[in-house]
Amino acid sequence: MTRDLLTLLPELILAVGAMAALLIGAFRGGKATKFLSGLIVLVMAAGMYFVLTAPDASAFRGAFVVDGFSRFAKALILLSAALCTMMAQRFFEDEGRVRFELPVLIAFSTLGMLLMVSAASFISLYLGLELQSLALYVLAAFNRDSARSTEAGLKYFVLGALSSGMLLYGISLIYGFTGTTDFAGVAAAVKAAGTGIGLIFGLVFLIAGLAFKLSAVPFHMWAPDVYEGAPTPIVAFFSSAAKVAAFVLFIRTILVPFPQAIHQWQQVVIAVSVLSMALGAVAAIGQNNIKRLMAYSSIGHMGYGLLGLAAGTQLGVQGMLFYLVFYAVTNIGVFVCIQAMRRDGEAVETIADLAGLARTRPKMAFALAALMLSLAGLPPLAGIFAKVYVFLAAVEAHLYIPALLGFLASCMGAYYYLRIVKVMYFDEPARPFEGVMGAGMGTILALSGLFTILYVFMPAPLLYAAGTAAQSLFR
Amino acid sequence: MSFVMSHILSIIIFLPLAGALAILATRGSEVTLASTARWVAMIVTLADFVLSLVLWANFDGSTAAFQFVERAAWIGRGIDYHMGVDGISMLFVVLTGGLMPICILASWKSIQTRVAEYMIAFLLLESLMMGVFAALDLFLFYVFFEGGLIPMFLIIGVWGGKRRVYASFKFFLFTLLGSLLMLLAVLAMYLYAGTADIETLINTAHFPVAMQNLLWLGFFASFAVKMPMWPVHTWLPDAHVEAPTAGSVILAAILLKMGGYGFLRFSLPMFASASVTFAPLIFVLSIVAIIYTSLVALAQDDVKKLIAYSSVAHMGFVTMGLFTLTQVGIDGGIFQMLSHGVVSGALFLSVGVIYDRMHTREISAYGGLVNRMPVYGACFMVFALANVGLPGTGGFVGEFLTMLGAFFVNTWVAIFAATGAILSACYMLYLYWRVIFGELVKPALRTIKDLSFRETAILAPLVVVTILMGVYPKPVFDVTSASVAHLIAQHREAVAFDRRVPHTRLARQGGVR
Repeated sequence: MTRDLLTLLPELILAVGAMAALLIGAFRGGKATKFLSGLIVLVMAAGMYFVLTAPDASAFRGAFVVDGFSRFAKALILLSAALCTMMAQRFFEDEGRVRFELPVLIAFSTLGMLLMVSAASFISLYLGLELQSLALYVLAAFNRDSARSTEAGLKYFVLGALSSGMLLYGISLIYGFTGTTDFAGVAAAVKAAGTGIGLIFGLVFLIAGLAFKLSAVPFHMWAPDVYEGAPTPIVAFFSSAAKVAAFVLFIRTILVPFPQAIHQWQQVVIAVSVLSMALGAVAAIGQNNIKRLMAYSSIGHMGYGLLGLAAGTQLGVQGMLFYLVFYAVTNIGVFVCIQAMRRDGEAVETIADLAGLARTRPKMAFALAALMLSLAGLPPLAGIFAKVYVFLAAVEAHLYIPALLGFLASCMGAYYYLRIVKVMYFDEPARPFEGVMGAGMGTILALSGLFTILYVFMPAPLLYAAGTAAQSLFR
Repeated sequence: MSFVMSHILSIIIFLPLAGALAILATRGSEVTLASTARWVAMIVTLADFVLSLVLWANFDGSTAAFQFVERAAWIGRGIDYHMGVDGISMLFVVLTGGLMPICILASWKSIQTRVAEYMIAFLLLESLMMGVFAALDLFLFYVFFEGGLIPMFLIIGVWGGKRRVYASFKFFLFTLLGSLLMLLAVLAMYLYAGTADIETLINTAHFPVAMQNLLWLGFFASFAVKMPMWPVHTWLPDAHVEAPTAGSVILAAILLKMGGYGFLRFSLPMFASASVTFAPLIFVLSIVAIIYTSLVALAQDDVKKLIAYSSVAHMGFVTMGLFTLTQVGIDGGIFQMLSHGVVSGALFLSVGVIYDRMHTREISAYGGLVNRMPVYGACFMVFALANVGLPGTGGFVGEFLTMLGAFFVNTWVAIFAATGAILSACYMLYLYWRVIFGELVKPALRTIKDLSFRETAILAPLVVVTILMGVYPKPVFDVTSASVAHLIAQHREAVAFDRRVPHTRLARQGGVR
């Protein structure tokens, strides 16, 4: 029992930290928010330390595993979550609506994510997923006086609940046809008895539920509205930490229990992937709101990532993990920029507001341009390496047509990223944004930008870390 | 010194980048920043040119092996930082090095807004272009090849003319689509051969014939757009017209050559049988380009557009020459690329001279310039005649050799190409007549001034090089011929091998873990 709990040490630290923060907040109220944000960031840093030093283990009869794969994902989630906590603190200070629940909710949501990526049975998966989702629903509606924000929260809640229902239905079918909720057990049962129609039915529902969380087509409808309505740092949190957690969960839940059923799920994943890439490329073109644009961009990127899963190989998982790092880091940088778009004490978020940013804020424009071009997949920026590895896996698995379609979508998608660069660099300046970015946000943006630009000089270490992490899934 | 010589390619590649960082780091008022940026860019590009000349001086033309080779770990698993030049690529490094200071000088006065950013973009572009010609790793090549899009996009879009946004997007998306298809081919090659090392791929890898055809098409998509070949050339006139003078120069003189260089470096040696299979396609497209775009050039009212279409026609000679797969044809193709680099660059610079004075590119706005600008008229004449391919100028040698090569392979191809050469005389002389000769009747031209000292400094070296290349082309062939001979021998061997054993796979089977 003690050993089981020790395996859970990073999660326990985060849980205790979050509950302590909740208590402090309950007694001290909104005044303590800044302190609590700092506390949560520290707790996450401590959690990160224990994540990275923890040996491989499994706890609670295999329902919870710690391996290279989960370590990699947890480190990334904790990093993103900590950065988003800092962003949120700053954002709500600017808005003048500081409330202590914010860091607490982020912490609980992060705890859910950590449980998700370590889950090795359908029950622990569901527990982690719901803990994360419930906190996220509230976070989406955090601007409770704003109709848009509450609408976003409600939409996210209703659709999220629907997807959880589908997921549970799928899980119940899988349990019914294999007699176990344990990933290893399911894998053994599938190997022994093959894939019956009932199991495939359950598998499809499972994939549908997970695709919902990823906002992959055709389960993407919530993303643009939620991205547009929710507060900017919360969107950053959605599109970095939450996407990473959902993606990693997707990988483990498909690859570990169903390696024998690859022909059944592969077609579904390919379809979801290609549709996401296509929709992401086309639908973003007409957007004027930069947050909506980022929502469609994220749909497209989930499609590219899923191409690696469709390959079903170690190279594919390696590519996906690296893709997630690139994606999370880039998105946080982009949302730091979006958050800095303020005029007359209000956040503005149309693309036209960025006009001529290269003259009024050259450094911010330079960083945002680099991030956009990296998202478009242009060398020598980091994005192309992520894309290359995912596509490499697809070609290796002989998925030539999906890879070709992916490249075409990538070319179409380049248009709307370029459009942002064009607005910032070619157009006449609009009224400058007010306020300063500040040292904290400036550092986050600089780090994100430097990673994007300098990655080309040292590509190996991160790629091999992702490779080692992927390996642990295929033992 | 030995450190410099053993890392000379890396220094040539990264020196401009260092210059860009230096400009980025300077602070000061708009005016001082602009002048610092100009001087830093000038000094850095000149230094880079000197280094490229050192490279030429130390180059051994008697061997086809890669020289000045550098290797370092990069991504690993067959993807490394591998640099080197052979007779095919070396002179492009020199060409790039030589044209960059001229471009900077040409932008000295005409660029007055956001000068520091402009110089940074140019230095960045130089780094990436040098990298393209020196990279000996597929992925490294791709990074440099595609990376060049970003600075060029900004140069056209920020400092371009009226329709700059349209032109920059068109340029970008056309090239990107082609490059992505090439990237797909690169991935397949890497997985099949287990390495991305260009030297290894050239010398040892044999791809099955069916795969070769697909890979060839993937690379073709990219290089045909870059070259540009008819019918994917439509981005070029737009980009040329809208780009600032120096941007047009770089575009015409160097970026277009990446397509031809790509054919030589990848398509011919790596996909030998496919190159033979598709040679007729290339011939047809080349001839269409030579004749059709020459006719289109004849009908232009815009000076820059006319020269842009003439570039497409001249690149037609290059592709035709390369795919004759004969020593003269390929030597001629390389020479044509180099001479066109100098001549088209010079033509755009000449247009820039009058554009800076009159701010119009309409041919009808000029006429009789020889009366007020005799020196300019003489320089322009040298370049116009070189573009026509008059013996004694650089343009003649390449055109003649490529046609000779075509004559060996297919008489009809040579005949059609010769027709195109006549057409080039038509549009060039017609242009020259309309702009330079005649009475000076336009009131706006009455006070136009001849070349300033700066402009003379820009055009004079190009006049000298143009004529030198025409009367004494030997130094170029001294560099290229050994590598070209090796390429052809290797190509024959590979084709013979594919005929003998059509379906075996020699190279190590794929699978990168």
